[in-house]
Amino acid sequence: MIERKLLSGNEAVALGALHAGCTRGTGYPGTPSTEILENFDAIGGEAEWAPNEKVAAEVALGVAFAGARAMVTMKHVGLNVAADVLFTAAYSGVQGALVFVVADDPGLASSQDEQDTRRYGIAAGVPVIEPADSQESYDFTRLAFTLSARWKTPVILRMTTRVSHTTAIVQPSAPVEAPAPAHFVRDIPGRVMVPGHARIKHRALRAKLAEIQEWCETEGPNIILPGTSDTGIVSAGVASMHAREARPEASLLKLGMTYPLPFKLILGFLKDKSKRFVIEENDPVLVEQIRAAGGDVPWNPESYRMGELTVDRVRRILKGDTTPEPATPRGRPPRLCNACPHGYVFEILKKHDCIVAGDIGCYTLAALPPLSAMDSQICMGASIGVGLGLRHVLPEAEARRVVSVIGDSTFMHSGLTGVAEMVFNPPATGHVLIVLDNLTTAMTGQQEHPATGRRLDHTPATRIIIEDVIRAMGIKNVTVLDPVRQTAELEQTLIQALKTDALTVIVARQPCLLAAGRIRASERKE
Amino acid sequence: MMNSTQTINIRIAGLGGMGILKSSHVLAEVLFRSGYDVKKAEVHGMSQRGGSVASDIRFGQKILSPMIPDGETDYLLILAPEEIDIHRPALRPGGVLINAQSFDQVPLPNRKSLNIAMLGTLSRHLDIPIETWSRIIRETFPEKLHAINLESFSAGRNLVK
Repeated sequence: MIERKLLSGNEAVALGALHAGCTRGTGYPGTPSTEILENFDAIGGEAEWAPNEKVAAEVALGVAFAGARAMVTMKHVGLNVAADVLFTAAYSGVQGALVFVVADDPGLASSQDEQDTRRYGIAAGVPVIEPADSQESYDFTRLAFTLSARWKTPVILRMTTRVSHTTAIVQPSAPVEAPAPAHFVRDIPGRVMVPGHARIKHRALRAKLAEIQEWCETEGPNIILPGTSDTGIVSAGVASMHAREARPEASLLKLGMTYPLPFKLILGFLKDKSKRFVIEENDPVLVEQIRAAGGDVPWNPESYRMGELTVDRVRRILKGDTTPEPATPRGRPPRLCNACPHGYVFEILKKHDCIVAGDIGCYTLAALPPLSAMDSQICMGASIGVGLGLRHVLPEAEARRVVSVIGDSTFMHSGLTGVAEMVFNPPATGHVLIVLDNLTTAMTGQQEHPATGRRLDHTPATRIIIEDVIRAMGIKNVTVLDPVRQTAELEQTLIQALKTDALTVIVARQPCLLAAGRIRASERKE
Repeated sequence: MMNSTQTINIRIAGLGGMGILKSSHVLAEVLFRSGYDVKKAEVHGMSQRGGSVASDIRFGQKILSPMIPDGETDYLLILAPEEIDIHRPALRPGGVLINAQSFDQVPLPNRKSLNIAMLGTLSRHLDIPIETWSRIIRETFPEKLHAINLESFSAGRNLVK
């Protein structure tokens, strides 16, 4: 018997993947998913950061095409980037196993939206499994690999912030025998998704899902916890824990698989209940599906699709309490570190009243007072496209004040195509792009990326030189400056650039204060 | 003091950089090794940038939700005095508040170990052998920090008689 351990949900996923024989883990950092791959690496798994989630998912798909077992990790918005892979990988299926671990962030602890990954499962036709705690994070990761291997389909393991970042007891079980070594089996009609092949595969996918649904009815990871009252609650994920605590006397059907749903099980459970509730976080995905299947369950008030659920909020739903909820005290928001190199750049942008198309990273904190020096932040890489769009249509005096600002990791993730657009369709007033290069993926906890020259485990890799790539793409005015030691030059360069009609890129390079020590230590080792 | 069936709720709160995640790790390990079911919930991601940080630790026979419901916190450890107002509604009537200000006059070997000193004070309220605490503190910190943290733990423990 393996010893019990205290593990976070993310650590439990990593251990579950290792014990399921996962051959390679890929991903891109994003709160709350980041620690999964870091832990997988730490306990002996083969893990890598890819430039972005789409590439990570493609590498994982290739691993699974070769008969091996792959896991790809990301936060919810990362699946938007990887969605192109997901939808067609659902058609092609896999030879080995492929698990998408996607961490949602209800309540927006550190995200730009509250999207619900379960909708992707439904839209793409990919099974979705939802753990409620660390033990299930371990067990369901293993189950996800088993299902993926059995039905040759990708499987989504939907985590949420609370499950990822709650530490609880895990009893691991015996690891599986090492899976068969990877080898290539040719399957052109199965993996070349031209229309003639894909039409057939779409039918096969739907037949596969019907089989999985049948399996889920009788053997799925769903449990009924009986109660003493005539109230029945259908729930999933950490919400089911809140529900059990809020109303222990109610019967609880806790669904471990939320797509495809076991409708016979659900409708059978609800049949003799006089009061029925569905308790779920984010969108009413279960309510919609159960109602569509003929289940008589009520909609919860709209306000509960926003924010995290808690025992208190579940009690309100169960009581039908629709009075305004007490405001949650927010506490002090995070801010740029004192003397953060990014701060120097934003002081200049603010001084010159620039219109700043921003991006995703620590530097987004510059949008908050006292700096208030960022005007948009939408998704990874959007700074460049949005900045160009603004330049195209704003009156000239305003267009000349538009600057795009992007971090180094975000640039490698989604900035290259933005630069291609900048070169291909330049605005009449030109454009200015500032790459805030602090030599790490700072916001998520200092992960490496292709322009740091180090892999996930901080060992050396070929470093991509951002300014060289940008020059090679056809931009002539590329300047690299240290925002801390060359603040005045940086300001002058920006002023000049804003005056001309040319395309200018300024790489403001200075290591992140928090990462500097570790970067120096890694460099000494090299 | 606790009895065997009830759930005990502890919240440790303050600002990023104060060691909240570290002390809640020590506490959760101590409770786990003492045979309790335990859940520790915290939100990562912002802690290094000076924002508010709080960790909920719940233990007992069987823990369901990882987050403490409003007004059910038995022990509230506040490392940053300005954070008290945010968390006061979480405290159970009659719950125990352990506040950083109580340590203003306490000589600690290093102010950075205030997080562990506060665990020392908390330890007076929990029926757990002191050996378990010192073992976990040793396991958690590198050797050069053992003396500082064990001394701080004792200073906090001796704050209440």
